[in-house]
Amino acid sequence: MADTPNKIPQTEPHQSWTFDKLTNSQIRRAAATGIYDIRGGGAKRKVPHFDDLLFLGASVSRYPLEGYREKCGTDVVLGTRFAKKPIHLKTPVTIAGMSFGALSAPAKEALGRGAGAVGTSTTTGDGGMTPEERGQSKILVYQYLPSRYGMNPDDLRKADAIEVVIGQGAKPGGGGMLLGQKISARVAKMRCLPEGIDQRSSCRHPDWTGPDDLEIKIAEIREITDWEKPIYVKIGATRPYFDVALAVKAGADVVVLDGMQGGTAATQEVFIEHVGIPILAAIRPAVQALQDLGMHRKVQLIVSGGIRNGADVAKAMALGADAVAIGTAALIAMGDNDPALEAEYNKLGTTAGAYDDWHEGRDPAGITTQDPELMKRFDPIKGGQRLANYLTVMTMEAQVIARACGKSHLHNLEPEDLVALTIEASAMAKVPLAGTNWIPGMDKF
Amino acid sequence: MESIKYDLAKTPLREVNQFLHSDASLLNGKHIEIQNPNGAHNIAVGLKSEAKVLVHGHAGYYAAGMNQIADVTIEGSVGAGVAENMMSGRVHVKGFASNAAGATAQGGLLVIDGDAGLRCAISLKGADIVVGGSVGSFSAFMAQAGNLVVLGDAGEGLGDSIYEARLFVRGKVKSLGADCEVKTMGPEERKILVDLLSRSGHSDVSPESFTLYGSARTLYHFNVAKSGAY
Repeated sequence: MADTPNKIPQTEPHQSWTFDKLTNSQIRRAAATGIYDIRGGGAKRKVPHFDDLLFLGASVSRYPLEGYREKCGTDVVLGTRFAKKPIHLKTPVTIAGMSFGALSAPAKEALGRGAGAVGTSTTTGDGGMTPEERGQSKILVYQYLPSRYGMNPDDLRKADAIEVVIGQGAKPGGGGMLLGQKISARVAKMRCLPEGIDQRSSCRHPDWTGPDDLEIKIAEIREITDWEKPIYVKIGATRPYFDVALAVKAGADVVVLDGMQGGTAATQEVFIEHVGIPILAAIRPAVQALQDLGMHRKVQLIVSGGIRNGADVAKAMALGADAVAIGTAALIAMGDNDPALEAEYNKLGTTAGAYDDWHEGRDPAGITTQDPELMKRFDPIKGGQRLANYLTVMTMEAQVIARACGKSHLHNLEPEDLVALTIEASAMAKVPLAGTNWIPGMDKF
Repeated sequence: MESIKYDLAKTPLREVNQFLHSDASLLNGKHIEIQNPNGAHNIAVGLKSEAKVLVHGHAGYYAAGMNQIADVTIEGSVGAGVAENMMSGRVHVKGFASNAAGATAQGGLLVIDGDAGLRCAISLKGADIVVGGSVGSFSAFMAQAGNLVVLGDAGEGLGDSIYEARLFVRGKVKSLGADCEVKTMGPEERKILVDLLSRSGHSDVSPESFTLYGSARTLYHFNVAKSGAY
């Protein structure tokens, strides 16, 4: 037989699953720079999520509501436990805390405009409250953060609710760093810092440690605001059963629970991807803690981290949440990562949809920047309108699903309306695997 | 002037604080005395008028927290976070203060006659603090602006990760934190120190007996070469 060396079958080049292209590029980057990667946003890895759940629409055993004629309520009242002035929202989709500093002033204004147009709340962030933000936000939640940058008792009194931030889903247990590019003269003044330096944010509050101290801290804020304002406690999802129970014990009116998909302005990539748990895994233990304390629906639960559409809203509420919060999705609605800006993203070495160097302040959409020229590109009125449209769509989508399940209010959605597509999601959300009566880890349901 | 008296053994704190939040036109220039505090937390928090408040005894956490304009004197000792996030006015503790005294305070003057615990002046943002005794470890951690004057000693890690605050210490400093160093006291700093000593009842103390500490500014921009210091 003649030699046919050119005809020996060759295997396809085999890329390693363990050492894939992304991993290899991270190794090369680390080797070249000697410093870890910092970026914005939340976990990008695939984790069990709301996509792994499905609703069981009504049929013979359940009775649906007429889509365009029968009412399906969406309103929510937050802060009914202790506050003299609870806040009333027309939709359970709220805007999560994002700072002036991380975002431009026009972007903050747009968040206020969009939220206000649909009757929901927006939230300040590290660095304090700007007059534009207060002016454009009908319902404004004031974050009380470890750094206390820009913390002012006058602003505390101007707020409609106060959120004591213990942590966030992208980096539970971590502080932050705002790079000098974003410490403009105005940001620096609000934070009592020299202009242009890299600003570090603490991971712990300076004047209390532990849940017993937190109880006294919450009491102090209540005293200062004469018990008028709802007080939220925001936690990053890690040990939700215990953290929610302790927040309730400390006197929270509302608990905000943020999963690892929730965004940050800037943190180490390794932190974002490897610390904390997905929101899907966190909701049921949180609700269980509230139920065990007899406080479910008395202390409201807001969940966040990867909420994108009305189905996510409905699923979160069916699992027991009272409301949700969006951050990353709101930025996208306003124009962040828009493919229309692809050429500019390419110049920054990235592509639309993947841009996450928000901390560098070069956002071509003019949202996550303090650069005066870039900021001019963003129109807060148009941005606010886009956000309002998006919030309206999410609310209507959630109603569509609730009516199909026979529910006259989003709050009537329940775990029994859901099944899971995967064993992982079934175990985390504690709803049966579709087509079975099996929930891993539970003897019966 | 006749003073308005509250007895915390008989009147709930909520009622007292609500009165202290009355319109400034009702409170300006008024003297309010609080009897039997018995270590209650959150006494006289959130004041915003030119009232003078005298607490006869010990207070718990956050005494005079977030004070604006008012003049609050506590005749005893206080728990954690006295005058935290104070914006303006004056708070005077005649006894000792626990941890985080004057934390994040942005303005006004906090005077502590005795010692202060750990993390005194943590994240200080512009206020002035004078401690007649010593301060505990990790004081002035991440202090951004303002002045801390310590007539006694300072514990470990003084001024760790400090920004632009000035730390005047008369006694020994057990150790300095990352990026904190001895500074030369120029006429401007000396003037600040003399003024603070005078306003806190220590005008007989020589400013020359103090050492000034401040930021070496080597951590202002993240630098991997300094990673061991973070």
